[in-house]
Amino acid sequence: MSEPVISLRGVRAELGSRTVLRGIDLTVHRGEVVALLGANGSGKSTAVRTVIGQVPVSDGEIELFGTPRRRFRDWRRLGYVPQRTTAAGGVPATVTEIVASGRLSRTRLGILRRTDHAAIRRALDLVGMADRAKDSVNALSGGQHQRVLIARALACEPELLIMDEPMAGVDLVSQEVLAATLREQVARGTTVLLVLHELGPLEPLIDRAVVLRDGCVTHDGPPPKAVGQHALPGHDHVHPHAAPGTDPVRTGLLS
Amino acid sequence: MEILDYAFMQRALLAAVLVGVTAPAIGIYLVQRRQALMGDGIGHVAMTGVGLGFMLSWSPVWMATLVSAAGAVLMELIRWYGKTRGDIALAMLFYGGMAGGVMLINLAPGGTNANLMSFLFGSLSTVSQEDITAICVLAAFVIVMTLALRRQLFAVSQDEEFARVTGLPVRALNLLTAVTAAVTVTVAMRVVGLLLVSALMVVPVAAAQQLTRSFATTFALAVAIGVSVTIGGTVTSYYQDVPPGATIVLLAIGAFMVLTALATPLARQRARALELAAGDPAECVIPEAVEKAGAGVVRDTFPASRGSSEGAVG
Repeated sequence: MSEPVISLRGVRAELGSRTVLRGIDLTVHRGEVVALLGANGSGKSTAVRTVIGQVPVSDGEIELFGTPRRRFRDWRRLGYVPQRTTAAGGVPATVTEIVASGRLSRTRLGILRRTDHAAIRRALDLVGMADRAKDSVNALSGGQHQRVLIARALACEPELLIMDEPMAGVDLVSQEVLAATLREQVARGTTVLLVLHELGPLEPLIDRAVVLRDGCVTHDGPPPKAVGQHALPGHDHVHPHAAPGTDPVRTGLLS
Repeated sequence: MEILDYAFMQRALLAAVLVGVTAPAIGIYLVQRRQALMGDGIGHVAMTGVGLGFMLSWSPVWMATLVSAAGAVLMELIRWYGKTRGDIALAMLFYGGMAGGVMLINLAPGGTNANLMSFLFGSLSTVSQEDITAICVLAAFVIVMTLALRRQLFAVSQDEEFARVTGLPVRALNLLTAVTAAVTVTVAMRVVGLLLVSALMVVPVAAAQQLTRSFATTFALAVAIGVSVTIGGTVTSYYQDVPPGATIVLLAIGAFMVLTALATPLARQRARALELAAGDPAECVIPEAVEKAGAGVVRDTFPASRGSSEGAVG
């Protein structure tokens, strides 16, 4: 196998007094597409947030591109799509303005040159939002917000793409567009780690699935096949949040 | 223009223009990060600085700059490390700052709360040459920061978590925003007063965004509104003998109301123009194909000329 792009060894993390990760191992190699699956509260979002340094780690080691995360400064190699339902802030902003902030890691002192503007346009093309470039993000639908957030991550032309539930609240048509965008990125050799609630239209792209349960890795291998009702096309995967202290809801992905 | 013949009016107008530019310029980032009332809190803290200035017979403007900058940094630190309720800690800081100001000014030799009034509500006619020098220097700092770092400040104010992953020095930028806001408060203190400073940071931005779609035009329009109302308010107060601070803020709110009233018809017009350009009819049509093929149970209605998928993009 090629060199690991992300490597987690025995990572533990707490949020407040609650242990969210109980020593997980996770390796993503160059060019791989890895999905992180699990129920609500299983720790999948926390796991990716430890990778990018947004959640402090109490034990274990994390390496990005072979560098310990604490010393990692080469952020331009990484594109991140946070878990959001909106790209809007407190002041109107155009799609281009939002996507341009993803390019800052490649600029000096925040000055955009011609190549930077070209890269921003390319990122908008990739997600099919070029015709909305000058529109306010306030005028967009949920799926389009998600596409803007992905374009923002792609604007720095990353080697590694980390996405936290990019399909949340996105209709099937937009999901197909996002899957096509991702397919193109993967074809160019981009490594992808994504948190998903269900595989959906991304299933054929995924090389490996890592399933988390209660802060532990319970499966690491080929993506699990959906069973029973979950396998029906168009099945909408909705289940209530478990009350704290109860067993996590079974997703059917673990059986 | 006989108004320009008086040296004190020249100073007043210069101060007014600088406030009109700086307050919305930093205010837009506060509004963007949904901390619109931060300026108000810093204004309260600055009162302690004014009181300290009187007590030590230092320039109140410079002392207020120091104390409010320290207060703004403290607020940022509370935001990072605040394990307890952040808003409670901030409330302590605000009211502590105000009470401290009143207390210190009473302890100052020959000081009464009357001295405080000109800082609370602004007093353009008493702006001295030294004040103007301080205001010019501080305003230059604010303008350089908000323009030179606009892309970085935009990114941090829009999505802090994402900004951190692009490698931006988020903490330094947050501290810089806080300090710049504190400096702006002291720039505006003599013109509109500490209690009304926040209005000039927020209202022009709120008024501008009724009409705009992009951050850049919102910024430009907010500054234009800011300068118009500060000049308008200063001139009005000269001719009508009304307090300048209150006049400026009321004019800004008036501008907000006028632009809000204009916004709805303008947006409707824009939407209609877009629809015409896309060839959409005014009403929904039930597509024929669905009618023939379907059982007539589920009916998709959408503008006839548009494809069913808004996402059919290459």
